[in-house]
Amino acid sequence: MRSIGYLLIGIFFGIVMFKSEAASWFRIYEMFQFQSFHMYGIIGSALVLGVIGVQIIKRKNLKSFFGQRITFIPKEKSFSRYMYGGIIFGLGWALAGACPGPIFTLIGAGFMPILIVFAGSLLGTFLYGLLRKKLPH
Amino acid sequence: MEWIFEPWPWYVSGPLIALIMFLLIFIGKGFGMSSNLRTMCTLCGADSKADFFDFDWKSQRWNLIVVTGAIIGGFIGANFLSNDLSVAINPDTINTLEELGFSSAGEAYLPTELYSWEAVGGIKALIILLVGGILIGFGARYAGGCTSGHAISGLSNLQLPSLIAVVGFFIGGLVMVHLLFPLIF
Repeated sequence: MRSIGYLLIGIFFGIVMFKSEAASWFRIYEMFQFQSFHMYGIIGSALVLGVIGVQIIKRKNLKSFFGQRITFIPKEKSFSRYMYGGIIFGLGWALAGACPGPIFTLIGAGFMPILIVFAGSLLGTFLYGLLRKKLPH
Repeated sequence: MEWIFEPWPWYVSGPLIALIMFLLIFIGKGFGMSSNLRTMCTLCGADSKADFFDFDWKSQRWNLIVVTGAIIGGFIGANFLSNDLSVAINPDTINTLEELGFSSAGEAYLPTELYSWEAVGGIKALIILLVGGILIGFGARYAGGCTSGHAISGLSNLQLPSLIAVVGFFIGGLVMVHLLFPLIF
C-alpha cells in the first residue's frame, strides 16, 4: 500500500521536473548565466514554502500520517566536505545540465544518451566510496 | 486545462516541489534523490569493494520506488502532457549558445549537440556526458546531497551545511559555464 504511495509521489515528481523544465539542460545553462528568473523562482518558491512548513511542523509538533513524531536529522557540522563536494557537483550539474532527480525523469522522457550521464553518476558515486577515507571531510 | 500542456511556470512548479517534500515528510521519509545512487551501487555489489556501500539497502527501498516513479513521470510528461518540447529560454542565452555551437538552443528540450546518438557517436559528447555524470555522482555523495537534499530539504530546515553546499553548487556551476565552457565548446 505504501509502495503505491511512493510510486505516485515519484510519478508526480517526474512530471513536475519535466513540465517545469528543471530537467532541461538549457534552463540550467540560462540559470548560471543569470538570464532568467525561472529556475530561481522554482527553487526560491519551494524554499519559502519549505521553510514555513518545516517551522510549522516543528512548532506545532505535527505528527506524520501514521501518528509518529516527525524528526529532522541535522546535517553533520563541517565545511570542507560541503564546499568541495558542492563545487564538484556544481561542475557536473552545469556540464551535463541535469541533477540526480531529472536524470531519471529524462530516462523516462526517452532521451537515451542521458543513460551515459546515469552510468557516470553511478561510477562517480562508486569512486567516492573508494576514496572517501582519503578525502577531507 | 490547456495550460497543462504548456511549460509550467515557476510559481506552479516550485510550490509543487514543496508539496512533494512535505508528502514525503508526512510519510516519515525525506526528499533526497542522489542517495539512490549509493543504494544502486550497493545493489551492483559495491559493498564488497568499499564499506561505504555496506549498509542495509532495504531501508532505502522506498526511495528506489520514488525514483522509479520519476522515470514514469518523465515518460508521461514528455508523451502525454506536452504539445511542444522546445524550451523558450532568454533570446540572449540563445545567442550565446549559438556562438558556442548549440544551434538547437530554443528549439529543443535538450541540446541535440550533446543528447542525440549522432552527437554521442562523435566521442566528444560521450566524454562530456560521462564526465558530467561522474562529477554529479562524486560531488553529490561527497557533499552528502544534491539539489533536492540540500537546496530544498536542507535549506528548508535552515541547515548551515546545506547553505555551504548550495554555495558550492553555484561556484562549480558558474566556473563551468563561464570559464570552462569556452574551452570545451
